[in-house]
Amino acid sequence: MRASTAVEVPLLEVEDLVVEFGPVRAVDGVSFRLPAGPYGLALVGESGSGKTTIARALMRLVSAASGAIRLDGDEVVGSSRALRAYRRDVQIVFQDPTTSLDPRAKIGSTIAEPLRAHGIVPRAEVDDRIASLLAEVGLDPDMAGRYPHQLSGGQRQRVAIARALSVEPRVLVLDEPTSALDVTVQARILELIAKLRRERGLAYVLISHNLAVVERLCEETAVLYLGRIVEHGPTEPILARPAHPYTLALRSAVPEIDLAARRSRIVLPGTVPDPANPPPGCPFHPRCPYAIDRCRIEVPELRTVDGRTVACHRAEEILAGEA
Amino acid sequence: MSRVPSYPDVESREEVLAPPGRLRSVPGVIRRNPLVAVGAAMCLAIFLVAVLAPLIATYPEDAGSAVHPLQTLEPPSAQHYFGTDQVGRDVFSRVVYGARISPVIAVLVLAISVLIGVPLGIAAGYFGGWIDEVISRVTDVFLAFPALLLALAFAAVMKPSITNTVIAISVTWWPWYTRIVRGQAASVTGRPFVESAKATGIPHRTILLRHILPNSITPIIVQVSLDVGGVILTASALSFLGLGAQDPTPDWGLMVSQGQAFFTTQWWLVTFPGAAIFLTAAAFNLLGDGLRDVLDPRRVLTTR
Amino acid sequence: MTGTMTGAKLSLQDLRIAFGPRRVVDLDRLELATGEILGLAGESGSGKSITALAVLGLASTLGARVEGSVRLDDEELVGAAESRLREIRGSRISMIFQSPVSSLDPLLQVGELFERTLRLHGVRKREASERASNAFREVLLSVDLLQRYPHELSGGQAQRIAIAMALALRSEVLLADEPTSALDVTVQAEILDLLRRVREERGMSVLFISHDLAVIAELCDRVAVMQLGRIVEEGPTARVLGEPEDEYTKRLVAAVPKIGVRA
Repeated sequence: MRASTAVEVPLLEVEDLVVEFGPVRAVDGVSFRLPAGPYGLALVGESGSGKTTIARALMRLVSAASGAIRLDGDEVVGSSRALRAYRRDVQIVFQDPTTSLDPRAKIGSTIAEPLRAHGIVPRAEVDDRIASLLAEVGLDPDMAGRYPHQLSGGQRQRVAIARALSVEPRVLVLDEPTSALDVTVQARILELIAKLRRERGLAYVLISHNLAVVERLCEETAVLYLGRIVEHGPTEPILARPAHPYTLALRSAVPEIDLAARRSRIVLPGTVPDPANPPPGCPFHPRCPYAIDRCRIEVPELRTVDGRTVACHRAEEILAGEA
Repeated sequence: MSRVPSYPDVESREEVLAPPGRLRSVPGVIRRNPLVAVGAAMCLAIFLVAVLAPLIATYPEDAGSAVHPLQTLEPPSAQHYFGTDQVGRDVFSRVVYGARISPVIAVLVLAISVLIGVPLGIAAGYFGGWIDEVISRVTDVFLAFPALLLALAFAAVMKPSITNTVIAISVTWWPWYTRIVRGQAASVTGRPFVESAKATGIPHRTILLRHILPNSITPIIVQVSLDVGGVILTASALSFLGLGAQDPTPDWGLMVSQGQAFFTTQWWLVTFPGAAIFLTAAAFNLLGDGLRDVLDPRRVLTTR
Repeated sequence: MTGTMTGAKLSLQDLRIAFGPRRVVDLDRLELATGEILGLAGESGSGKSITALAVLGLASTLGARVEGSVRLDDEELVGAAESRLREIRGSRISMIFQSPVSSLDPLLQVGELFERTLRLHGVRKREASERASNAFREVLLSVDLLQRYPHELSGGQAQRIAIAMALALRSEVLLADEPTSALDVTVQAEILDLLRRVREERGMSVLFISHDLAVIAELCDRVAVMQLGRIVEEGPTARVLGEPEDEYTKRLVAAVPKIGVRA
């Protein structure tokens, strides 16, 4: 028997993360824990939700105003040696493989670079490792001699994944890895991620606006709105029966190819408020069809409702379909 | 096209989209941009003229301090292809020997400027913060003075010589390159592939050399090739003011400035060394164009 | 053949588009009826966008060679005079794009843009501003936005403005090239609602180009699936996406991730 999850040290833990850009709080007190893989955690939200900023903060590409990021229970401090060690364990795949690969570097040298920088394999074995990484992501090892512009979008994204895998990370941050790709290519990249998860036992944080993608690849989902988590818990129940009105609206806005699966849509009036000047009370209340007076004054805290956490005063009513 | 080509199905489409890498071989570049070959040939010709000057020049001694009072200011003829100058020296021979002076000054000045300017610009653009602040302010100070004035000041405190001309011009030239590269490097630094490299834990040194430098260098190559003429003219201005190459050195710039007084009546004094400067500048320009092609893998495809 | 198309607002026949020796579109026949929303589905490189540009007579400005026939009502557009095409663009056929903010002139306030465009199409100044504010009400935008510059708009607002422009110009056909692909899902849903309403209230014909089959399923009456320049399957949306016959369509449909169906 293992100890209960509360005592177990998570692989990656984010606690009360705050990221500020000038007066704007892009991320406002976000916490989550990622257990050892294979495991997928999804961060879901629309523009302005702060999901990409969280990814960048996880990679230490932006600095946090407050809060902690811990790997194996140890806080990651800013020294460049600690940072390099951390970046060996935590890797990222960006949304657009067209811009995330150096146009002037051949595929082989793009992958060789991290191998050399972290001394993953002896120099003599670098080429073999590149070939095996390319094969692992479903590319012909001959691709090593090509430039990014000679590859298709899907192939480029596979290269980006191979580069991330080259340092044998334990955590992968996937920032909208399929959004820039065609559907059939997208489906195959998703298959690749599923395969890597199985074979490498990867733990990953998947950032996406696509709920269907999230459902396929992640056990756990956190829905973000205006830099905060509004609902967080196991993926399936959250998508099947949302407890937060925003999750509900997001879920209902997803177009369905299957006519039978369509649900009545919840229209959100207005646009996401200016994050430099968030509304008082619940940040979602100006657009929320279920808002009551209390929502305009009191900020709802995340609390546990029906096996998940949710930041809404009326979560129980919404779950019961009474709102 | 008698029939529509058969379309491969979607499974193989990803592969179909990726043509095998076309080599950016030298013949390939020349085929797409024939003027490169012209530029390269001209540069080679200038080099050969410089090396073989004693064989080509009809009166090698006229490159030096020879004086022929009986044949001053003669127009071009079979004896003197480009005529003679005010002290009777063969202009053709002096232009030929000039290939050992002006182009060398230009190449040295530009090489020094690139070696100083590019690393500083890349560091400023990539690191930003106080490093950028310091480098940019120093650059601004240099750029605040007109280049010629600054070069004059430096040349004035040193003994007139070709070496000192090179140093004086280089001092005024590098800040331009720093400024151009800094802007490029800063914009490249903001691109996702640099973030990717940082996020993979690649050391700064590698990022600077492997990613920032290759992606920022193209404008410099173009600029350098455009600057060849400018450096030669600046050097000649220094000579003219008595601070650069001195008579009897067969410096093209010096020859142009000395010939100015006779331009209306004895046109050959100015025209031939002037044409030499022009041809040299044009040669490097064309070559620079080609280099830009060679250095950018994408241009191969975009020109389709 | 031609006689059977009298009902079509816009009909493309034997349309061939090529860049040099490379043929990118080879389309036998595609018709858009009055008041219909027709989906044109396909992946990047399938030729769907260039087809739309060919309808407007803009494909040749990109260096493409266009052959065949594009008819608006009974008027042939392929080979029509540029002056005639300019009249038709906007006043009869409008186009909206994937990145609505960048398709607006950054130096013009939205109101000025409307006034200039309408006046170019021969609308008087007073009527122009009236039409602009009416169109804004129709797309549920505050008329205050007329004073804004494009960079002050959200993606959803800019896309509504682009649609409002088509309405103010009284366009009969709207070519929508991936108009929601760059938008958030909740905003996308609103734009789809708007397009549906515009079709109902104005009887506008919409050619909706998208790679997203789910969006097409939500919006379109009929769908044509394009692969590498050819239409491989066409028919009522529910049928084509519900029981696809073509292999490529099947694969496209299977690739769409669905919620609630765990792989």
